Formats: sequence, C-alpha cells, structure tokens
Amino acid sequence: MPNASAKAENPSASFEHLASVAGLLPVRARIASLLRAAFEAAHFIEVETPVGILAPAAEEFIEAPRAEGFFLRTSPELQMKRLLAVGMERIYQLGPCFRMGENGRRHRPEFTMLEFYQVDADYLELLDFTHSFLLSVCRGLHGDSSFIFNGQKISLEKLEVIPVREAFRRFAGKDADRCAEEDGLFEMVLVDSVEPALPKDRPCVLIDYPVRFGAFARPKASDPSLVERWEIYMGGIELANTYGELIDPAIQRERFRRFAETRRRMKLTEYPEATAFLEAIDRGLPECAGSALGFDRLVMLLSGHPDIADVSFPLDS
Amino acid sequence: MYSAADLKKGLKIEIEGVPYTVTEFEFCKPGKGTALYRCRLKNLVTGTTMERTFRPVDKMDVPNLEERVMFYSYHDGNNYIFSDSETFEEVQITADYLGNKTYFLSDNMECNVLFFNGKPIDITLPTFIVRVIAETEPGARGDTASSNVQKPAKLDNGYELTVPLFINQGDTVKVDTRTGLYAERVSKG
Repeated sequence: MPNASAKAENPSASFEHLASVAGLLPVRARIASLLRAAFEAAHFIEVETPVGILAPAAEEFIEAPRAEGFFLRTSPELQMKRLLAVGMERIYQLGPCFRMGENGRRHRPEFTMLEFYQVDADYLELLDFTHSFLLSVCRGLHGDSSFIFNGQKISLEKLEVIPVREAFRRFAGKDADRCAEEDGLFEMVLVDSVEPALPKDRPCVLIDYPVRFGAFARPKASDPSLVERWEIYMGGIELANTYGELIDPAIQRERFRRFAETRRRMKLTEYPEATAFLEAIDRGLPECAGSALGFDRLVMLLSGHPDIADVSFPLDS
Repeated sequence: MYSAADLKKGLKIEIEGVPYTVTEFEFCKPGKGTALYRCRLKNLVTGTTMERTFRPVDKMDVPNLEERVMFYSYHDGNNYIFSDSETFEEVQITADYLGNKTYFLSDNMECNVLFFNGKPIDITLPTFIVRVIAETEPGARGDTASSNVQKPAKLDNGYELTVPLFINQGDTVKVDTRTGLYAERVSKG
C-alpha cells in the first residue's frame, strides 16, 4: 500500500491523498445506492446492529479491538442471526467492521462490510442473487456488464464455479483435505497456487470447503467432510464469503469450544461467551444462508483501483 | 529471532544461514484463514531474488550484519580492496560480489561496506557518480534537453549506458549507481 507512515509524517501528502479519495466518493456512494436498490427490489430490509458488542464471534484468526468493556465488531453476524431468530427473513447491513492487525493492499483494520441473510434460501440461491446484484450494480455504474480492472476486462455475464477440492488438484496438484490438516498450509497453497491460477476474465467461485474452514457453515448433506461455503473472486480479489448457515446448536457450541481452545493455545484474547446468540440458536434459527462482501473491495474493482487505501478515507495512525 | 509479524519492506532476515533483505511485502489473509506474509527476498550475498510466503508461526533469524564506512583503495585482478580511514585495516571483496558496481568505483571513494558474520559481502556506493562520456554518436540537430529518446554511450571507464540525444562525447554526466542509469548532464565537454 502507499506508504501510510510517510503520509502521516507528511501532512501535504496526506492532504493530497484525501483529495484523491474524495474524488472517488461519488462513485462509492453510487455503488452503495445501486446495491441498496438491488436489495430493496429483492425485498431485503436494511438493518443496523451495534458496532460495540460484548462477545465477538470466536473465530480462530480474526481479532477484535477492545473498546472500554466492549469489543468492536469484526462482523455483524451474530446480531443479524438474532434478528432471524425473532422472525426477520431477508436482511442486509452496510457498515463498519474492525479486524486488528489486518493491513495491506486489500485489508484495513477498519473497513466496510455488506452483510446479508436470507431465510429459507440455500447457499447456491445466494450465489444466484449475488451474481444478479453484482450485474445490476455494474450495469448501473458502467452501462455494461463488464469493466476493466488492472488492465483486464472482467465480464460479469458468466461465473466460473470450481469446487475447492478440484481447484487444489487442478491448480496445485494437492489434496485440499490433507492441506487442511496442517496449520496454515491450506491458506498457503490457496494464496500461492490456487488464487493466481483462477480465470481472470470473469468472476470465479470456489465452493465446498473442508469442514475446518467454515466457522458458521453447515456440513454438506451429501458429504459431511465438506461445509456449504463459497467465496467469489474477481480480478484476483476475494470479494465475498457465503455460508449455508449452521443452525444446529450442538455443533455450533462444539465449534465455539474448539475455537476458544485454539485461541487459548495461541495466547490470543479470550472472548466472553456469546450468550445472547446461543440463546437465539437454542430457541431455533430458521434455515438460512448468509453472505459477507467487502464493500471497499467492490469499490476498488468497479473503480479500477488496486489498493484499498485508494478508495477509503485515510485512517488515523 | 523475528516472527512473521515483524516482516516489512527493507527488513533483513536470515534463513538457513543466508542473509536476505525483504524487497516486496504483501499482507494476505485468505477468507477466515490464517494471515500470510508474501515476500520477495533478495539474497544479500548473491543478489538473486526469490518469493517466499511466511505463516504467523514462522520464525526468522536476525542476521549478524554490520555496515562500515570505508574507502576504495585499488583492485588487484578480481579483488577489490577497501580500507578503513582510521585503522587502515584493509578488506577485500571479489568482483563476483560487486557486479556492475566495479564500474562506478574510483580512488578513495567513500562506500558503505556490508559485513555478514564478519565477512564483507557487498558495498553501497554514493547514489550518484560523475563521469565523462568517452564515446557516443553525435545527436541529431534540433533535439532538445527534454527529449525522451536515448542513444548508446560509453563512459571513460568502459561502462555502457544510454543517454539523451543532446549528450556529446566529452560531456560530464551524473549516473545513478542504484539503477546504473544516466541521471543528468553536469557540464558540456
């Protein structure tokens, strides 16, 4: 990313950087408004849930910043699922999330997430819906179903869907399940061999992950060693993650226990138990699928900027 | 020991007894997975580069590197001799370690000599050196100082580079030792 520390030391560079970000704010706002129109047309309700929460989702590799007895949310997932448990059926939220230590050309410790859930939909139906709203945002912005990113034309007309096991075999000559057994190996092969080999001229979807890589995903009925999860990539950028949501309280508790154990072992912050969420899942979460899309990354793609710092208000450092 | 979280551009690390500097660095975090640190590493001894991805659990040694200001004295065949201005201690580095840098050395030039485990492995030259153009074809009439077109030329020490068309034989020019490229004209010949 552009040298952030140099910017902090050099007020004039920081002023110019802000001016260039400001030049993109109309595009950013237009993308948000096209997204909202697409969600409204599909009968989704926009919701707001708290940014300061008592118990972040206990995931293995995501760190929540502390804030005076609270944590800042890393995702609105648990709160939005509580809304599903009390009867809401199609909800979305566009708002800030925080992940400590994540800083790079595609990561910022504070970023904007588009998160949405649909009751009685499975993860494949959400893939169709995601495809359709990406198309309508792109058409609304560019008057066309394709756009240029990093000198490459990307057409949104067709998605390429590749099962994770096949992608590991085909692009890396590796067994995805075996890679999943060793800490960090799955991610390494994914980043070094699989992601660079994905087709560049269209969105690409990796689907059905080894069970270890789906914190809130339910096991696939036809093969419980996999979970219902997909990730969509565009222009080499991971854009959105989706689960067929886990609604079984026993499996969820077991996973929370395992993640908490990993966090203890790795000496990471221990989070309080997400009691309100557990009560909701005990009372019964409806069948649903949910997705989280990096809004800043969508802006990067559609506006042709390869660095997240180009499209986001500069963070105080 | 360094851990992967310490990695950043410019950090010097040691892996399996070899010192490297991180020339490119990218933070990655494939969805919900562990963080990864993708690096391009430059071998400080051979100058070759390679890609390497680190996991948060990976550890790297801190290389025992020392930089000393020394003066270039002379060369004896393939060996280049540098001396310490206070102690008069001499060290010698073979041409293999220096590559094109040998072209830019001149008597008593102040350089930073890099030592790894006490052995000199590289030098850092002054950013710019000034040399005379020994050979170049005359430029075409009408070319201005702003022209981007370049032509081949040879410095008085035999080093070949490209220069703008308005440069003539006998001109004195500045060369950027980091890139080996022409920087600007100092005076006409």
